[in-house]
Order: sequence, then C-alpha cells, then structure tokens
Amino acid sequence: MEMIKVKINGIEVEVEKNTTILDAAKKAGVRIPTLCYLREINAIGACRICLVEVKGARGLCAACVYPLDRDGTEVFTNTPEIQKYRKMTLELILSNHRMECLSCVRSDDCELRQLAAEYGVDQNRFAPAEPIKPDIDEAVHLVRDNSKCILCRRCVAVCKANQYTGVIGANNRGYITHIGSPFDEPLSNTSCVNCGQCTAVCPTGALTEKDDTDKVWAAIADPTKHVVVAPAPSVRVQLGEYFDMPIGTNVEGKMIAAIRRLGVDKVFDVDTAADFTIMEEGTELLERLKNGGTLPMITSCSPGWIKFCEHYYPEFIPNLSTCKSPQQMYGALVKTYYAEKAGIDPKDIYVVSVMPCTAKKFEIGREDQAGSGYPDLDCSITTRELARMIKRAGIVFADLPDEECDPALGIASGAGHIFGATGGVMEAALRTVAEIVTGQPLETPEFHEVRGVEGIKEAEYDLAGTKIKVAVTSGLRNASELLERVKRGEADYQFIEVMACPGGCVNGGGQPHQPASVRNFVDVRAVRAGGLYSEDEGMTLRKSHENPVVKQVYEEFLKQPGSHKSHELLHTSYVARGL
Amino acid sequence: MANSITKVPFHGTPEQEKALLEVIERLKAERGCLMPILQEAQEIYGYLPEEVQRIIAKGLNIPFEEVYGVATFYSQFTLNPKGKHRISVCLGTACYVKGSGLVYERIQKELGIKGGECTPDMQFSLDACRCVGACGLAPVIMIDEEVYGRMTPDQVPGILAKYKED
Repeated sequence: MEMIKVKINGIEVEVEKNTTILDAAKKAGVRIPTLCYLREINAIGACRICLVEVKGARGLCAACVYPLDRDGTEVFTNTPEIQKYRKMTLELILSNHRMECLSCVRSDDCELRQLAAEYGVDQNRFAPAEPIKPDIDEAVHLVRDNSKCILCRRCVAVCKANQYTGVIGANNRGYITHIGSPFDEPLSNTSCVNCGQCTAVCPTGALTEKDDTDKVWAAIADPTKHVVVAPAPSVRVQLGEYFDMPIGTNVEGKMIAAIRRLGVDKVFDVDTAADFTIMEEGTELLERLKNGGTLPMITSCSPGWIKFCEHYYPEFIPNLSTCKSPQQMYGALVKTYYAEKAGIDPKDIYVVSVMPCTAKKFEIGREDQAGSGYPDLDCSITTRELARMIKRAGIVFADLPDEECDPALGIASGAGHIFGATGGVMEAALRTVAEIVTGQPLETPEFHEVRGVEGIKEAEYDLAGTKIKVAVTSGLRNASELLERVKRGEADYQFIEVMACPGGCVNGGGQPHQPASVRNFVDVRAVRAGGLYSEDEGMTLRKSHENPVVKQVYEEFLKQPGSHKSHELLHTSYVARGL
Repeated sequence: MANSITKVPFHGTPEQEKALLEVIERLKAERGCLMPILQEAQEIYGYLPEEVQRIIAKGLNIPFEEVYGVATFYSQFTLNPKGKHRISVCLGTACYVKGSGLVYERIQKELGIKGGECTPDMQFSLDACRCVGACGLAPVIMIDEEVYGRMTPDQVPGILAKYKED
C-alpha cells in the first residue's frame, strides 16, 4: 500500500495513494460539504458543492471523486473564491426549489437547508419568476415531491445499485429533468418494492415516508378504540438518534415509556411476535427437511424482499416460508388471543406498529393478512414518524424513566431482539432448531458466522448428524446474486435469510436520517446492530422457545407450532407479479 | 411533450423484432452499447415505443427506466412515430407574433394530439419548428413539402380535410 503526504489547508496528512480529497480532509479535521456524494452508493461529482482548489490544477475540483495520487499535493478547501462558488451553486439549486422550510418534514435534518444556513444563502438572488407548485407522486409508502428535488440522484443510485430494482431515474434533460419512472408512471404502478431506501438517502424533503401519524392521533383520541402499539426490534437502537443520543444507543425503556405517554392503551413488542415467527418458521423448516418440501426455504419477514421476489423471482415463491412477518403475527395475535383474554371485541382494537421500514405500510394492506377476520394491522408508522409524535406531544425523552412493555404480548427473548440485524433471523432460528433437533441445550447460543454487514454470508452446521447449510443476505442486489447462484445449481442451501435493506432493518427505509457527513464516515448499520447484539448478550432469556409468553400462548391458544390454528392466524400466501 | 406515451397502437412485426434482437445480441457485450442499440432500434421501427424499450431492457438485463432515461435525454430519439403527413408549424419570431401559436393550438385540437405526437391512425404527426425562411408569408405551416402561408386558425379544418381525402 503506497502512502503519500498531502497538505489540506496547510495541515499535513499521510494517506493511501488515490484517497479522495474528501477522505484526506476528514483526516485533517476538515469537513467538506457534500450533497450528491454518498459513500458506496453515489459518487458522481455532480452537485459541485464540494469544489476545492488543488494547487496547480486547472479550475476547481470535486473533492468527493478527486483521487490524490501525488506526494506533496496541496489542497485548499475554504478560500474566499471557493466560498463564493459554493454560495452561487446553492443559490442556483434554490432557484427552483419549493421552499416550504417552516413546515417541511425534513426541516430539522435537511442537508440543503443546513448548507444554506451555513453559507447565508436564500432564494433572493435568483427568485423564481412564478411561485413553484408542488409536483407530487404519492404511493402507499412514500411521497415524492419533485419541487423539492435537487437532482443529486442518490435515490436513483440506491434503487439501482443497492436494491437492483431501478424503477426510478432521471427523465428528460436540461431544465425539465426530473426523477420519475418510465413514461412518468406513478410509482405504485411499477415494480417498486417499497423498501424506502430512497427516502432514507434523500438529502431534502423531496422523498419522504407517507405520514400516517394523523391516523394514530385520531385513534388515540377516539374513546371507542383500544389502541395497541408495538415497536420492531431495530427501533430501540434507532430512536435515540432523534434525541441527541449516540448512534446505536439502546433506548428500549424510554421508548416504551414515550409510547405509553402518547396515550395508548397497551404497549406490546413486535420482538415477542418475532419469537412466534421463529417457532413457526423453525417448525416449517424441520417439516420441509423431513418431508422433502421445497428447499432452500427462504425467510419471509422482510416485505420489501417479498415484493421483490414476487416481481423479479416468482419462481422462488414456493421457497418462501409461509410464515407471516412478525408485524403481522403481532397484529393477528392481538386481535385474537389478546382480544379474547382481555374481553375486547377485535373490531374495537386499533393495532399500530412502529417499524424501521416503509414496506410495512404496503404489507398491512396485502391479501391474506387478516387472521381475525379484521386486518391484522390498522396502521404502520416508521421510526421517524414515532419520533415526530413524541416531539409533538411535548415528551422530554431524555428525562423519561425506563419502562417495560405490557406483559400479555410484551416479553421477548434475545433471539427476538436480534431480528433487526442481517443474520439475526437466521441466528434466532438456529438457536431453536438446533435445540429441537439435538434435544440438547446449546453450550453457547451465538452463531457468529451469520453476523456482520457483508452482503452474502454462508455457514454449515451439524445438528446431531443433520447437516444444514445456510446463507444470509441483505440488500436486494446481493439477494439477486445469491438466487442466481441457487438457480445455476452452484449452491446447495437448506435455509436462506433475506432482508431487503443492506445490513437489515437497522438500515431500513424508515430509519432516522443521518446526513451524508455522518454516513460517509460511520457504518451506521454495524453500530446500530451492535446495540441489538449487546442487548441480547446481556439477557438470560435468549431463545424463542423459552419465552414464557410463547409457551403460554401455545399452551392456551395455538396448541403447537404449525397447528391448524397457527396456520389460520400466522401464515399467509404470495402472488406472482409482473415486471 | 415529445416524450409522452404514444397514442399510436404498436404494430411491430416479427421481422422487426428479430432484427432488433440481432442488434442487441451483436452489441450487448460492448460498454455503452445502449446508445447504438437505441439508434438502430429507431432505424428499424422509426421510433422508440414502450414495447421496443422493454425488449431492449430485457435483452440487456437493465432496468426499463434506464432505457427510458437515455431515450428521453437525447433529442435524436423519438417516442412517437411520424405520420403519413408531417405537419410543421413555425413558431419562429415573425410567425409567432402573427399568431402561429393559435394555429398550432387549433391543429392540436382538430387532430386530438399534442406537438410531437402522431394520430392513432398514423395519418398526421405534428411538430413545432423554428423559422422556415418564409417570414413574408407569416404565419406559416408546412405539410409534407407544401407551404401554407398567412394561416388563420379557421383555415385549419379545410386544409386538413384535403389530406384526409387522400
């Protein structure tokens, strides 16, 4: 590895040859502003905000893509000339930006607004001739408003490069260039899988989750409704970011207290439902192994993955586990088991989930997701929406005590918690399957081979003579690669875990926004996942089948995993969709 | 807008599709092959309707949107076929101040299409153009090689009727 010495604003740093100016500057303690650049996703040098002066070079250079290849290169990032250029670039970007900053949902964490404030720029210099009108495409999971789009193309890149869907792109050219689908079809008519990664990477308010908080507020205010809310595994290691806590902080106790203080009737835990998923999915896997069912069996927790499979790989539908996702199992159990136990008519129960995910908003409206006869879920909101509700309710998050979920469906094992990270579902399932097959308690419940943020992980385990080959993948491009391998007969797995978002739910489309200035230097996926694994490690209850709630519900209500009643309530079906 | 979805039903023949698939096969290994494939596809079909773009996307294993994005970026590509009779309305300065905008609007209304489009029966396609060098006759329209000067909107139906009778 060849090292070179360069100077950033006179500060000498040693970097590997071909390091970008952006990275070298970081090493020198200098932040260069960016808008279009996002590490591992988008490096096109298009927005021109990161322009810097390289001594001897002709013109200014884009720091995000300029490789430093000569010893002694001198770079200046903050001269009066550069400030002037950046200011003008911002003025031009703002000239056709619909400024709605007072009420825009991204106002607090808009990367454009923050830069405008830093450079003291507004719309005065190049004011639009006519008021700019909203330009909106609304789908069940997101809203795109092109009047706030700056054409940075992060969304396009993440859709194509990470998620392999490529349903959006830049249409037309020049002043009328805009992000859209072919023939400007609404997103809902395309093979979009609702993963919401585009909303997570958008620097402005152009792409946002479909806000459903009004529905939840209305249900809370309705005295005839019994409102039940449960958060997903990864939400507890994301939510704190909205309240100035370090990334990966586990705020489970405060999160539960906050949800309760919104005025809801019961706080349950989707992690509990995740334990049920393991019971059902583990049983299904053993069944398929024993009776020659379709293998490899593929997990079904991630609705973005499910829709991807239905559109792009319908031939793998028989491989999908028929288990509902934990969100849907939670809803189905609330409206049957809990309704019966609490003596409440399921039609009066309003079931809400808090998810790191926008695809969950689509999932609640799918066919065959109404175990009780009523839709399993009434509303699914993202981590971001929950944070907004907490803020609006005037709840001082940092001052909250740690509370626990209501016990009826609120006790979860460590296995349920790690569902939020790639490899988590696999590890949780292995803990249970291994003990069922061997009849012996595991010495250590950890399966380290399936952890980590790599795109594709493989492992082989010997369970009392039964060899089982597993694979774990996240990000739909990786999933696609893995499925192609299976199709070509190059891989012989029995069990595959797929999560649509790279890194799993901790990096879901509904997660808190971290600006590029953070994402370019911190792998938020790994840090958040760390929060989940350390919670699991600190617990004594670490296996789904040991969860007392799981035991009780099977004993009193479902009988055993895979029973007729389980199938009625906790399993579902899929449909092949075209492209 | 010229990029709107065409109102003309797709009439691609098996021969055309075979030719297109051959083009894709011949070029697909090359980097940056989408442009030449789109160019040859337009040679084969005369335009780039949705059906043709989908064949290309599938053949190259790339998203449909990527094909559409390139097809709408370059003005050399058209998503609408040309009709049997090509109408050009001059929107150059002289014609425009003499009212060619109203003539243009009237033709759109009579034919039920917008500029850049083609009628479903493929009889007429309509485009706006800049100066044709006949400012003395402003406002001017051209149908095929024929020039019509000092146009008024009310003359439009009569002139179109002449061509419909062909």
